Amino acid sequence: MKSFWVVSLSLWLGFFTVQCQAKIKEAFTVQKVASGLFFHLGSHELPNRTNHGAIANIGFVVGKQCVAVLDSGANPEQGRLLKEAIEKITDVPICYVINSHVHPDHIFGNRSFKESGVQFIGHKNLARALQARAIFYTQRSVEQLGIKLTLQDIVLPDIAVTDSLKLDLGGRVLTITAHGSAHTDSDLSVLDENSQTLWLSDLLFVEHLPVVDGSLKGWLKELKELSRLKIKHVVPGHGPVLDNWRVALQRQESYLTMLLREVRAMIKEGKFIEQAIAEVGQNSSGQWALFDVFHKKNITFVFAELEWED
Amino acid sequence: MRISRVILSLCLVSLINVASAGVDETVWQNTLKGQFFSGRTISKAENIIAIEAPYRAEDAALVPIRVTSKINQTNEKYIKKITLIVDKNPIPFAAEFNFTPLSGKADVAMRLRVNTYSYVRAIAEMNDGQLFMVKKFVKASGGCSAPIGADLDAAMQRLGRMKFKFPSSVQPNEPNLAQLLISHPNITGMQMDQVSRFIRPAYYVEKVKVTFDGQPVLTAKTDIAISADPNFRFYFVPQSAGELRAEVIDTDGKVFSQTYQVKP
Repeated sequence: MKSFWVVSLSLWLGFFTVQCQAKIKEAFTVQKVASGLFFHLGSHELPNRTNHGAIANIGFVVGKQCVAVLDSGANPEQGRLLKEAIEKITDVPICYVINSHVHPDHIFGNRSFKESGVQFIGHKNLARALQARAIFYTQRSVEQLGIKLTLQDIVLPDIAVTDSLKLDLGGRVLTITAHGSAHTDSDLSVLDENSQTLWLSDLLFVEHLPVVDGSLKGWLKELKELSRLKIKHVVPGHGPVLDNWRVALQRQESYLTMLLREVRAMIKEGKFIEQAIAEVGQNSSGQWALFDVFHKKNITFVFAELEWED
Repeated sequence: MRISRVILSLCLVSLINVASAGVDETVWQNTLKGQFFSGRTISKAENIIAIEAPYRAEDAALVPIRVTSKINQTNEKYIKKITLIVDKNPIPFAAEFNFTPLSGKADVAMRLRVNTYSYVRAIAEMNDGQLFMVKKFVKASGGCSAPIGADLDAAMQRLGRMKFKFPSSVQPNEPNLAQLLISHPNITGMQMDQVSRFIRPAYYVEKVKVTFDGQPVLTAKTDIAISADPNFRFYFVPQSAGELRAEVIDTDGKVFSQTYQVKP
C-alpha cells in the first residue's frame, strides 16, 4: 500500500515534470531580427511554476569570431535551449554573455553558458544587485518558479561596464552602454551597428506593463536620450519587435509620465501611500498586459521615490 | 478503485502545494508565541486594535501596514506597546512601538518587507499587562520584486535625512496625526558577499524616539523587516506650541535627529 502511494506520487510528479519541460521546449523558437541577430519572443505572463520564469525576450548576435548572448534566460534549462538554438545556427563559439540587468527572468540561464572562454558582462552595479537579491530569488525559486535554483546559478560578471564598452565579435562591433538607474539600477543596452539594432531589454516594454524597479525619474531621463537615436530596429525585454519602435517608446513614456504627475500631486496634497495605491492611474487599466499585477507595485515604488524630491 | 486512488494522490500533491504556500499558523504556535510572549495569555479582541494590510504584497520591499486603536489613551487605561511580527520573514520581529497616555491614540502605520506568504500580526499590551492580538494574511508578491531597497546609491546619498509631515493643520489638546520619514537604506544583511559568498552584516535603523517638548510620544525598537527609508505615522497631543523631536539610532551607532516647531 505504502509503495503504491510512493509509485503513484512519483509517477505523477514525473509526468508533471515531463509536461513542463515539454512545454518550454515546444515554445522555444528564435526569430531573426536582422542578419546574424536573433531573439526568442517571451510571453506576457507572471513568472510561475508552469513557465518556470521563462517569460522574457532573450537572444544572441553572431560575428565572424564570436557569438554574444543577449540575456541567458530564466533558468538553466532555458539557457540550455538557447545554447542549442545558437549551435544549430552557427559554429562560431560563444565568447560573451551579456546580462542586461539583475532580474531573474533574464539571468538565471547563466549557468548553462559557464565554461572556459566565456566571459560574462554586466553593469557596474550588477554584482552588487546580485549580491543583494540573489539569496532571496534562489530561496523562493521552488515556491515561485517550481524549480530549485541555488547560489551556483548566480554568475557574477567578469567584465563590469561603467560607462560604455565596445565589443568586437569579428567584423561586427557591439556598443554596450551602462545606463543610470532606470528600470533597475543595473540596466545595459546593446547597440549592433551592423544591423542598426538596439537591444534595449527591459528599458522598453511593449504591450507588457513597464515595471519600475530602479528610478522613475532616471528612466524618463534615459528614454529621452534613447528617443533621439537613429536606428532601425529595437528589441524590447518583453513584447514584439516593432518597425515603429518610437511609438512603443512614447507609449511607455506616457504611462511613466502619468505615474510621475499623479503620484507627485498626491504627495503634495499630503495623501498617503495607501490612497495612492488605490487611486492612481486606474484609467490606464486595459491598455497593458499584466496591469493588475504590476501597476500597484509601480505606484508603491514611485511614491517612495518621489517622497524625497523636496 | 484505482482511478479514485490516482485522483486521491493527485489531490495529495495539490494539497502539499497549497499547504506550503498557504495560510499557516505553525511558526507562530510552535516558535514565535513562546519566544515573545512565553506563558502569557493572548486574547483575540478586535475591540482594542485593528490591523490593515493589503491582500497581496504588491512590492515585497514595501507593504503598507496600519494598526489602529479603538480606545483612547487615558492614564487609567492605555495601550503601552504594540509589537509587529511577520511570521515567515527570516527575522519575524519587525518592530515594537511604545506609547504613553500623551500619545493620544496608539495608532501606528509603517511599511514592511514581507518575504513570502505570511501572517502579519500586531499584539497590543495594555498598561495592566493584558495582551490582545490581531492578524492579517498577506500573499507574497510575484515577479521580480525583492524585499530590499532598489536604488542603494540614492538611499546612501540621503542617509540620515529626516522629515516631519502633517496631513492637516495641528490642533491643540487633541490627538494629531504626524508622519516621520527617515532616509536610511536599512540593508537587510541577507546578502551575498562577492568574494566569500557569505552573508554580510545588516545595517538598519534600530531605535526611533519621538518626543514633544521633551515628553515621550512614541518610542520604537525596529528591525530589518522595516522597509528602506523607514516611514511612520503616529499621533501626538500638543497642549500648546512646542518642539516635536525625533531621534534615530542605527546599528552602526549613528544618531540622526530632526525637530519641528509645532504651532497649533
